[in-house]
Amino acid sequence: MIAILSLTLLGAALGLLLGIAGRLLAVEANADVAGVESLLPGTNCGQCGFPGCAGAAAAMVSGAAPPGCCPPGGKAVALALAEKLGVSLDLSSVVDEGPKLAVVAEDLCIGCCRCLKYCPTDAILGAPKQIHNVLKEACTGCAACVEHCPTEALVMQPMPVSWQHWVMPKPAAA
Amino acid sequence: MSELLLLLISTALVNNVVLIKFLGLCPVMGVSRNLESALGMGMATTFVLTLAAAASWMLEHWLLAPFGLEFLRILTFILVIASVVQFTEMFVKKTSPGLYQALGIYLPLITTNCAVLGVSLLNVQQEYGFFWSLAYAFGSAVGFTLVLMIFAGLRERIALSRVPAAFAGAPIAFVTISLMALAFMGFSGLNVQG
Amino acid sequence: MGLMEKFFARSWGVHPRDYKRPAADAPVRVMPMPERLYLSLAQHLGAPARPVVLVGQTVKKGEKLADPQGAVSAAIHAPTSGVIAAIGEIPAPHPSGLPVQAVILEADGRDEWCESLKPCADPFGLDPDEISRRVADAGVVGMGGAAFPSALKLSSSRKAGVTTLVMNGGECEPYLSCDDRLMRDEAETIVDGIRLMLHAIGAKEALVGIEDNKPEAIAAMQKATAAHGNVHVRPIPARYPMGSEKQLVQTLTGREIPAGALPAEVGVAVHNVGTARAVSEAIRSGRPLVSRLLTVNGGCVGTPGNIVAPIGALVEEVIAFAGGIEGTPARLVMGGPMMGASLPHARIPVIKGTSGILALDAAQAHVRHEEACIRCASCARACPIQLMPLDIARHIRGGDLKGAVRLGLKDCIACGCCAYVCPAHIPLVQYFSHAKGSLAAEDRARQKTEATRKLAAARSERLAREAREKAEIAARRKAEREAAKAAAAAAAAASAKSAGEMSA
Repeated sequence: MIAILSLTLLGAALGLLLGIAGRLLAVEANADVAGVESLLPGTNCGQCGFPGCAGAAAAMVSGAAPPGCCPPGGKAVALALAEKLGVSLDLSSVVDEGPKLAVVAEDLCIGCCRCLKYCPTDAILGAPKQIHNVLKEACTGCAACVEHCPTEALVMQPMPVSWQHWVMPKPAAA
Repeated sequence: MSELLLLLISTALVNNVVLIKFLGLCPVMGVSRNLESALGMGMATTFVLTLAAAASWMLEHWLLAPFGLEFLRILTFILVIASVVQFTEMFVKKTSPGLYQALGIYLPLITTNCAVLGVSLLNVQQEYGFFWSLAYAFGSAVGFTLVLMIFAGLRERIALSRVPAAFAGAPIAFVTISLMALAFMGFSGLNVQG
Repeated sequence: MGLMEKFFARSWGVHPRDYKRPAADAPVRVMPMPERLYLSLAQHLGAPARPVVLVGQTVKKGEKLADPQGAVSAAIHAPTSGVIAAIGEIPAPHPSGLPVQAVILEADGRDEWCESLKPCADPFGLDPDEISRRVADAGVVGMGGAAFPSALKLSSSRKAGVTTLVMNGGECEPYLSCDDRLMRDEAETIVDGIRLMLHAIGAKEALVGIEDNKPEAIAAMQKATAAHGNVHVRPIPARYPMGSEKQLVQTLTGREIPAGALPAEVGVAVHNVGTARAVSEAIRSGRPLVSRLLTVNGGCVGTPGNIVAPIGALVEEVIAFAGGIEGTPARLVMGGPMMGASLPHARIPVIKGTSGILALDAAQAHVRHEEACIRCASCARACPIQLMPLDIARHIRGGDLKGAVRLGLKDCIACGCCAYVCPAHIPLVQYFSHAKGSLAAEDRARQKTEATRKLAAARSERLAREAREKAEIAARRKAEREAAKAAAAAAAAASAKSAGEMSA
């Protein structure tokens, strides 16, 4: 009898203590979301499957999405996010085939202007009945435009490597 | 006073909680990848261990012993330790977000750290007084932190070395910590009563 | 060297066999103009130049082919008269062999200078900024190898209040002797260039550091500077990398350049002696930088020596003129053997920064098998900037670039001393180049994310603005329609009234 009573009392007392402490020491859980969002590209391209970068940031903070879920961000953004979120990152899960670019196939483009309004960075130049072009400095490789092209004239291609941006390969281990 | 000091040395080195008593191996393997989080884990464990020892001494001497409830010892100790860990987690999250991030998921892991329960039970077994219990717990925690940090330092170096593929990762870590245990056995020659 | 330094100075660098003679003692040969010249638009540090000529256009020697673009860039001029054959891609003088944009010039064989050159009889009467401007117009870049636009260095040194001009005549790389040859043959021109640079910078004195393995050059320069009190020749001990900015400044002035800082921080500017010659040429005769003296050397070269080659000549043509290839070269290098770029093939053009072309045989190329590090720390002793190459490489191999940066990777000057002394033949410099490249790529990715965010913000602002304008137009239309309707109603009422009146 005493055993049951004391155990119950102990549990209740500790529960109460933790409850009060939880109230007093509460931390706003989403204080991080703004910080995480600031690391994302901010184009709201939707490739991660969340509604925009703010949605992805919220999902990452709550743990619903891994830090490597941003394809246009690639490895660099994934690493920065992992550090911010304080989680270890399995880089093999990050889809990073190197930076990509959308390219207009000139013989297929009919100048319909449909792709223009889907580009989150206004990287596509075009006018009705004129062949469009992609500004490669502004293209983020998010591929949002590809599915809206009626003639499949937009294709993703790996960004060409210039000699200034070439990285010397790591020596092969002996 | 000198006896307290001897107790500290004895618990930290001669009867090291990790390498001689083999308690708390889980965090030693899990949180020893880098020196910084090892230090954080060590400090959190030190805090929790000392607090848990105090709480469990009070529990034992003011509740369990007077009412003859010794058979509830493990159950109540676990309850108290879990509460203390929860409290610590909230406290660290509030006061030091950096440390909280560094510890990540490892802080709640202290709940299942057998060193905490083990030391509390050993305190009862050895029939120590309140301050002796505290000293014993603190000494054990210092020993735990010491081993954790030495091991983390070694693993940081191992991570950069060329380890044969079959030994990479956990195997080389176990080989290393067993060598460390052998080295710590040398302290038994100190012949300190503990 | 004083007794104290002898015993207590830290040791750094290496003493490789220099292989400079007999090439250094052979008289300079001038290469005939090849039929085609390939002028890379990115032969200097910074942004590539922008072509200002059209395909098919006829140009004279010295006419500008490309304008500098951006803050750090340099102009490019025609090395001979001829017709622009094409503007397109050629392989870059770079270990990757990736393409670079270039102007391809078909020589007409007349080699006529263009008439618009502006010679100057009294350059010391010119404004210092005017000298910098003329140097920029002549497309002069650092001739030591890094090819930093010289005019920019002159004007920024003037702004920074530099007091000492350090002239680099060290030429510490083995095999190379073009600076040595230049100082022996054209000491007067070099000293004139140095005095012009002093004038442009506003510095008080110039120190010319020459390694003591070039006694002839030291003698020639001492003779040429005798008449000028503010230019001093300082023989320095031969040691690699004495020609590196930080080491040279410390040896000559005793001032140490802090990590990550430019020499201007300690009141010093460093230029190569070849640059001084180019500056003198550019100011006195107005002639732009269109050719350079370079060393062709190595065990596989027929008759090694120093050659004046036009910018844009192919490496294979230069080697052919120097006696051709004998045997199969194990490695073809542009620049020095320690820091130069290994070339994938010989159909790559000479650029302004090409100090040498080396065709090394197997023994000279030292291609050796890598073994495990024995932690002897020879590399740490050889490192001229006191890094720990073995530890940095270990971090890079383990993929920990941050750790490598913490150990000072960014201060590495890639001199190659560590790899040279390594008894285990570890390619340390390749590890460092790889890590520096990866870090730069990470930086670019970060910048790209930053730029993307700005673009996205600009787009949402545009969408909001368009929506607002549309709403305003709609509101205005509505107001107009309503006004028109009201007017029509009023008119109808008036006409009804007048009709009523009429009927009444």
